Amino acid sequence: MIVEEAAKELYIRALKVLPPDIKAGFNQLVAGESGSTAKNILATMVTNIQVAEDTNNLLCQDTGLPIYNILIGSGVDVDGHALTQAIRKGCERATREHPLRSSVVHPLTRKNEHSSCGIEVPVIHIDFTDTPEMLSIIMVPKGSGSENNSFLKMAIPAEGVDAIKTFVIDCVLGAGGKPCPPTIVGVGLGGTSDLCVALAKRAATRALGTCCSDPDGAELEKQLSAAVNQLGIGPQGLGGDSTAFAVHIELAATHITMNPIAVNMQCHSARRARAIFTPEGVSYGF
Amino acid sequence: MAHFELTTPVSEAQVRQLRVNDTVTLQSTLFGIRDATQIHLFDRGRKTRFDLNGHAVIHTAPNVRKVDKSITYPAGYEPICIGTTTSDRMERFTRPLMTQCGVRLIIGKGGLREASKDAFRELGGAYLAIVGGTAALETTWIEQIEDVDLDDLNPESLWKFRIRNFGPLLVAMDSHGGSLFSVVREDAQAKRTQVLADLGVKSA
Repeated sequence: MIVEEAAKELYIRALKVLPPDIKAGFNQLVAGESGSTAKNILATMVTNIQVAEDTNNLLCQDTGLPIYNILIGSGVDVDGHALTQAIRKGCERATREHPLRSSVVHPLTRKNEHSSCGIEVPVIHIDFTDTPEMLSIIMVPKGSGSENNSFLKMAIPAEGVDAIKTFVIDCVLGAGGKPCPPTIVGVGLGGTSDLCVALAKRAATRALGTCCSDPDGAELEKQLSAAVNQLGIGPQGLGGDSTAFAVHIELAATHITMNPIAVNMQCHSARRARAIFTPEGVSYGF
Repeated sequence: MAHFELTTPVSEAQVRQLRVNDTVTLQSTLFGIRDATQIHLFDRGRKTRFDLNGHAVIHTAPNVRKVDKSITYPAGYEPICIGTTTSDRMERFTRPLMTQCGVRLIIGKGGLREASKDAFRELGGAYLAIVGGTAALETTWIEQIEDVDLDDLNPESLWKFRIRNFGPLLVAMDSHGGSLFSVVREDAQAKRTQVLADLGVKSA
């Protein structure tokens, strides 16, 4: 019941209040933007963040595909099945009780159950940490404008890092204004094809100001972050310096014959909310 | 760069005076359409009882609350959050929207492509860019959901909104072949080689 309430609360919170790192990211972009149209667009985005908080409304009408990332600490005794069922129920309750637009349909019939739930949705990921007596849930409503700009390339070793750089630049060019820039460009490197795509999503939804834990990955993040903002696509694809807040990379080991690259983008309304459960109770943040 | 206050429906002459980089604020009525709305209208031959002639449409699917019909909520829907979706997916519907329904203005985000640019030029239409992802603000420009049609497609119904001071919107594609999106895309593409060279990519 606590988890169900939290799952409901998290969806609604995520849709209404942007995390402080994203707000700080806007300040940084505003300070560095030279285009007049781009400045106006960024100003409108910043105004919208305030209007959403003042009117207790959703930042964006796209309630997205709901994603819940669960992190289970050591020593936490949890019924995994009950946990995922509670999250599903909470997600459905948020949709019906707020109410929210259910953006979830069957892929063939396109039938909408008006619950934000469906087969395998909400998307639930479970991971583990050695932090004792702690369970956290991060909720990410993933908007479709950015999610539709997801790409996978199974490059080969002979193409090297050049293939990675070229693919990322070409994905950003191809996406143009569609993913609602400024974006966070998430890049997954290595792994199997499915892991690579999952890493790209993890990268796209990572807090701004954090960097890849692998030093080579972190260095490439810096290079690509500067490079994508040289393209001039700008906010909303209408020109300017602010094409992306950052390029984020997450990586995994891969096969000797493989060089997988995935790109997943997050829009400027880079929404997420977090609940942390400890023996003391539940606390909410980002 | 001029600013125009337009009350819908608009005439071809009013649309023809718009040039890219102008701004527009709309008054009166705005229709909301989406992927499914247009798939059903143009691929499956469904009809709407609304007259869209000379009107503006916005690429949207709103968050609404179902309520009893009243003077305040004549369609039985209270608007909660109304914003704009990516237009590119609906590119192929621009021409039928104009030829079959008489639509003159399309409001969206992210832009439309060449075929839409051609339709705007030939038939007298324009694309007005709104700032995507700023739905909380956009909602304050909508006074009421006046009516709804094709509501079995909810939330992708055909919505009729009463609007007040809807904008400013940026004229991003005009009826004279202008498109800010094309210009930005071409400029960005031209920078590709240099950007890759700066990244140390060989034979970019």
